[in-house]
Amino acid sequence: MNVISLSTFDLSMAALLIIALAGLSLLLKLGLAKRITIAAIRTVVQLLLIGLVLKELFAQVNLVWITLLSLLMLLIAGREVMARQQRRFGGLWGYGLGTFSMFISSFTLTVYALIVVIGTEPWYTPQYSIPLLGMMLGNTMTGVALALDKLTTHAWQQRNEIEARLILGQDWKTAVGDITKDSVRIGMMPMINAMAAAGLVSLPGMMTGQILSGTEPMEAVKYQILIMFLITAGTGFSTMLATWIGARHLFDDRQRLRLDRLS
Amino acid sequence: MAILQLNHFSVLALKPLNLELKEEFICLSGASGAGKSLFLRAIADLIDHQGEASLDAQKCSETNPVQWRKWVGFLPAESAWWKDSVGEHFSKEYNQYLRQLNLPEECMSWDVSRCSTGEKQRLAIARLLEQQPKVLLLDEPTASLDPASVKAVESLIKEYANEFDTPVIWVSHDQLQIKRLADRRFKIINNEISEVEV
Repeated sequence: MNVISLSTFDLSMAALLIIALAGLSLLLKLGLAKRITIAAIRTVVQLLLIGLVLKELFAQVNLVWITLLSLLMLLIAGREVMARQQRRFGGLWGYGLGTFSMFISSFTLTVYALIVVIGTEPWYTPQYSIPLLGMMLGNTMTGVALALDKLTTHAWQQRNEIEARLILGQDWKTAVGDITKDSVRIGMMPMINAMAAAGLVSLPGMMTGQILSGTEPMEAVKYQILIMFLITAGTGFSTMLATWIGARHLFDDRQRLRLDRLS
Repeated sequence: MAILQLNHFSVLALKPLNLELKEEFICLSGASGAGKSLFLRAIADLIDHQGEASLDAQKCSETNPVQWRKWVGFLPAESAWWKDSVGEHFSKEYNQYLRQLNLPEECMSWDVSRCSTGEKQRLAIARLLEQQPKVLLLDEPTASLDPASVKAVESLIKEYANEFDTPVIWVSHDQLQIKRLADRRFKIINNEISEVEV
């Protein structure tokens, strides 16, 4: 099958829709026109840039460059996690907690998938490693951000309940147990829902992309299953890790609730 | 019998205090914001503090915090509940203190959200005593209660303290109540906790 190459004209026809949307928003005074326009421009610029970077990267398979790009992706994802939390840990913890958890789970699972599951040669072949990691980080980011946001806001709102439990002789794990359980659940829900609805409601994005670009459907399906399992596992592990470390950091070594550690 | 000792004990702006409490009833008063709750919270090791608190010569800093808080029974001014039904907050099905607090036995099956503030306060007292604390730190335990309940709580705490020789620190603004209860009386003025005449 041949891929139908998209011309600049084709894309500008799509852009017309965005302009129409922004125009409508302006007309209805929704106050979204500016944000829609900026976001759309960002999409174009960011994707074109990453397209250029990938083109270079694919041309010369170099572990150093691949590592650098991976780390850059991680750092940006970490910033995103931090920005999405209403109450976050102060100082380095605010940035480090999410970033560290994502690093541990996303990187480990991506390397696992490359070496054990797909078996690319060399294992870091950028056509596989970069998109895989990107999808991992993108979804893990959402999970970790949701979970941490839940954890910190609930701890803040329920501080009297948590302290009452400490007073009655519960340890920190029990005192904050309901909240951590809830946080992990919230963080993992989007992925569990996506798995449950996969193929029924919509065709997942990656699979759609592959099919549009000419891959045989069964092949695309297999990759999609792999990706969904990886993403769910990655999101789950990092969400649990971040929530557990975060919950522990809400208490000090005397098991006192330390909300002053939130900014 | 338990002995609560405070050595150079201070929290935030409060000046360091040395105090030894045996089976005594202490009433603590002071203006709002003077640091009464802060003081009790620090003894319960819920907030950072300087100096040392010890119970029967066992230092707080050398005791597992979970154990310490079980010994030192702190009742906050406002009770907190985290499950739907009252009974889920108790470790045993039967609580011997309910009747004395004018609460029916079936209150264990009540919904917390349907309890009045006064009921919750009395339930919180029963919940605390269930742990058999060796010391009682009570932050305005009767502030939200009607006169009959005030009496019930006062006599229950007195009884409990007598039975187990428990030191009690009771925060109160009510001069008559202080007169009724206190063996010794302390006041916080200008960040200093000092003993005053009963």
